[in-house]
Amino acid sequence: MTPLLSVRDLIVEFPTRRGTLRALDRVSFDIAEGEVLGMVGESGAGKSLTGAAIIGLLEPPGRIAGGEIWLRGARIDNLPREKMRRIRGRRIGMVFQDPLTSLNPLYTVAQQLIETIRTHMDVSEREARARAVGLLDRVGIPAAARRIDDYPHHFSGGMRQRVVIALALAAEPELVIADEPTTALDVSVQAQIIDVLKEICAERGASVMLITHDMGVIAETADRVAVLYAGRLAEIGPVRDVIQAAEHPYTAGLMGSIPTLTQEAARLTQIPGSMPRLNAIPQGCAFNPRCPRVFDQCRTARPELVARAGARQVACWLYEKEAQNVG
Amino acid sequence: MIAFILRRLLQSVMVMLTVALVAFALFRFVGDPVASMVGQETTLAERAEIREALGLNDPFPVQFVKFIARAVQGDFGISYRLQQPVMELILSRLPATLELALVSGVLAFAFGVGFGVYTALRRGNWLSGTIMTVSLIGVSLPTFLIGVLLIWVFAVELQWLPSFGRGEVVQVGNWWRTGLLTESGRASLILPAITLGLYQMTLIMRLVRAEMLEVLRTDYIKFARARGLSNRAVHFGHALKNTLVPVITITGLQMGSIIAFSIITETVFQWPGVGALFINSVRFVDVPVMAAYLMLIALVFVVINLIVDLLYYAVDPRLRVDRANARS
Amino acid sequence: MTDFTPEDRPNAFARAWDSDIAWSFRHSPLAIVAAAVSLLIIAAAIFAPWLAPHDPFNPASLNLMDGFTPPMQPNQFTGNVYWLGTDNQGRDVFSTILYGARISLFVGFMAVLFAMVLGITLGLIAGYRGGWIDSLLMRIADVQLTFPAILLALLIFGVARGFIPPSMRDAMAIWVLIVAIGLSEWVNYARVVRGAAMVEKSKEYVQAARVIGVHPARILIRHILPNVMGPVLVIATIGLALAIIAEATLSFLGVGVPSTQPSLGTLIRIGQGFLFSGEWWILLFPSLTLLALALSVNLLGDWLRDALNPRLR
Repeated sequence: MTPLLSVRDLIVEFPTRRGTLRALDRVSFDIAEGEVLGMVGESGAGKSLTGAAIIGLLEPPGRIAGGEIWLRGARIDNLPREKMRRIRGRRIGMVFQDPLTSLNPLYTVAQQLIETIRTHMDVSEREARARAVGLLDRVGIPAAARRIDDYPHHFSGGMRQRVVIALALAAEPELVIADEPTTALDVSVQAQIIDVLKEICAERGASVMLITHDMGVIAETADRVAVLYAGRLAEIGPVRDVIQAAEHPYTAGLMGSIPTLTQEAARLTQIPGSMPRLNAIPQGCAFNPRCPRVFDQCRTARPELVARAGARQVACWLYEKEAQNVG
Repeated sequence: MIAFILRRLLQSVMVMLTVALVAFALFRFVGDPVASMVGQETTLAERAEIREALGLNDPFPVQFVKFIARAVQGDFGISYRLQQPVMELILSRLPATLELALVSGVLAFAFGVGFGVYTALRRGNWLSGTIMTVSLIGVSLPTFLIGVLLIWVFAVELQWLPSFGRGEVVQVGNWWRTGLLTESGRASLILPAITLGLYQMTLIMRLVRAEMLEVLRTDYIKFARARGLSNRAVHFGHALKNTLVPVITITGLQMGSIIAFSIITETVFQWPGVGALFINSVRFVDVPVMAAYLMLIALVFVVINLIVDLLYYAVDPRLRVDRANARS
Repeated sequence: MTDFTPEDRPNAFARAWDSDIAWSFRHSPLAIVAAAVSLLIIAAAIFAPWLAPHDPFNPASLNLMDGFTPPMQPNQFTGNVYWLGTDNQGRDVFSTILYGARISLFVGFMAVLFAMVLGITLGLIAGYRGGWIDSLLMRIADVQLTFPAILLALLIFGVARGFIPPSMRDAMAIWVLIVAIGLSEWVNYARVVRGAAMVEKSKEYVQAARVIGVHPARILIRHILPNVMGPVLVIATIGLALAIIAEATLSFLGVGVPSTQPSLGTLIRIGQGFLFSGEWWILLFPSLTLLALALSVNLLGDWLRDALNPRLR
């Protein structure tokens, strides 16, 4: 079956005065119909850029310098601007990090919802409004029919993020890219927002690409998880497998840094050092200076993603070596 | 809302009082009012009499209160130079200045916003580049030079438009004489209005462009794009409206500047307005006219600021609510 | 900071050449042209007495017969040729422009200097001392900012003239002009410096210096001033363009320098009188000089602001 979204060898570059920075380097992954893919990594690893590249909203001077993006078997990374615009909102929705700044302060929620619905669907103002009320109700805004005419600043942060979700889903997209949807919210409402997002997408059969640096959220929400490091995919696979038995040393390190109830705080591990800056990515595996299991090959050649048991893929010489030995 | 307006009104009164103090100090301490009013042959006794009659021997605060009381009634004394009541002089010349300022202001705002939006959206194309470069020339060109060059091209070389005066004017009502109703009046207005408006236009344009670029970077614009809204909706519905609050502020202040800059334009085009009157008062140290003009400009600024405040309410719903909350 | 071993530490020139500012300058043709034009005019103004072919202020060297000579053409009576022609009194326009630019630039630089010293001093005091001095100064600044500088300069000029006896007015005119323009421009410096002073004064090293009894003036000058040199330089550059324009405007309006010491603005006012009789060169060349000067200084200021603050673009 064709996956809903397929990203192949995606390269995103930023030309700067001191040379071109490669922010994403040959990233490949699929998202299946109805699947929730979690995308994790430290800040600057390229998670948000991946989302922006998919929806065609990379900020200049950033640009896609290579690779392909396919949506349901049709290539979308090279579409004319107007065609890509029709896909945004209609087929791919997006939820941004900060609900306080995602809504235009000068328009009511109704105005923004109706505008979005009528941009993509041939419905009357009245129908659009009815839909809008239904959506707000569905994302859990109490007294939706009345609150819809309020301005964004009348809503609390959590409520605003519900409005943002309603807006992202207003034209029933097949894929929703949620870029750190809870980071800016109170801890108390984070779980609710994730639940709302997950439920409503499941209900409509929409796939989700959930970008976050919070492994806890991924563990509870995602079907599969992709781990980015310095613009490269380190590991991708079913959530349970990756969490319980991470294969890439970086992923293992990430898992070591999540507290769980059964673990004692003292045993939380930390990865020494920090992620390299884009202008100083080391030769070979980008993780090699921090890797506890580094060996010579890691310092000279970059490992490719290799398939592993249980629909997993890992980019690490440890496993390529194994594969070679076996073969 | 009413409380807010009242507070602003009170502030306005305070500003006017401060300016009045400055104007009064001018009046009282710059030169000798008595010496400026009388001829050489007046005796010392007569001078002392006039001094007493003018209340110049009263304590300072008393004089100030009297000054304000007279100012409120429109009495700013007699011009030293023209020997006419200052208020009469100003009123007879105000319509010319107001018509000029209004036409320039409208031109500056319309073209300023238009060009500003265009150059923000089409960054990097040749026309934007040209507009931006020309605008820099517009900022660097002194107003008087623009006027002189326009006269040279359009009045001297091409002989299309008159180079000075208001043309034929028509009396409207009791004290308003307008040039807008006659062809020669309108023709006479074109060059001065462009001269006066050009600088303000470039300022508004650069501000709109900067604000527009700022707003286009915000999350809600990104989100609007991510929802697939058309460029038109994003640019004009969402971005432009959000640039309006600062633009209104600056435009309001610019309207005040237009009145002030009309001093220069009126001199270049021999436009019979209050600005030309003021310049002559500075040249001849005609203090009552200077003081009255200062008060007039302050009044214009205060009124414009109040209007700007009211416009905020129309544009930004956040202000409406914050006030409502503050009251309840 | 990168550590250089002594061998590969570049010399001061190479460091300056490689700095961001220099890089941005080398890659901005507009900035290079603007700098060249500004420097050319400034140099021409400084060396006017040596460069000018005639002394326009020496009546002995003037020949009324030379009046109204068009540019590059021999005079019909005397046969003398002047590059840019002569005015009604037979003064060489090129020479008057050199001397005019000298006066315009003198007033401009002095006014900027005055505004800068005043603004920085008041800004430091306001920011460092805070309290009522700060409130008072900033309130004055607010009120002043709402009024156009040219109007303020006019008022100050008018008031100052009121205090000077009529016989002294012409002699004092240039200094009155400098003070009037300077007083109308101090606010921007004060605001920037005040902001920096408020930020810096709470930092630990300043507190520490205070504790060990270093004089506040020394703290201000050693630690706070260097932090604001960038913005102050930008304001001063744009301020120079503003001051030159303000001087020209006031002189054009006939309230600036006396006509015995004509600045560019005065020359333009004189030239305007000959527009209708066809002697265009008397107006055009001073106007072009003023435009070139104001525009190039403005462009430099614009470029400098962008170069020092890349975030703005």
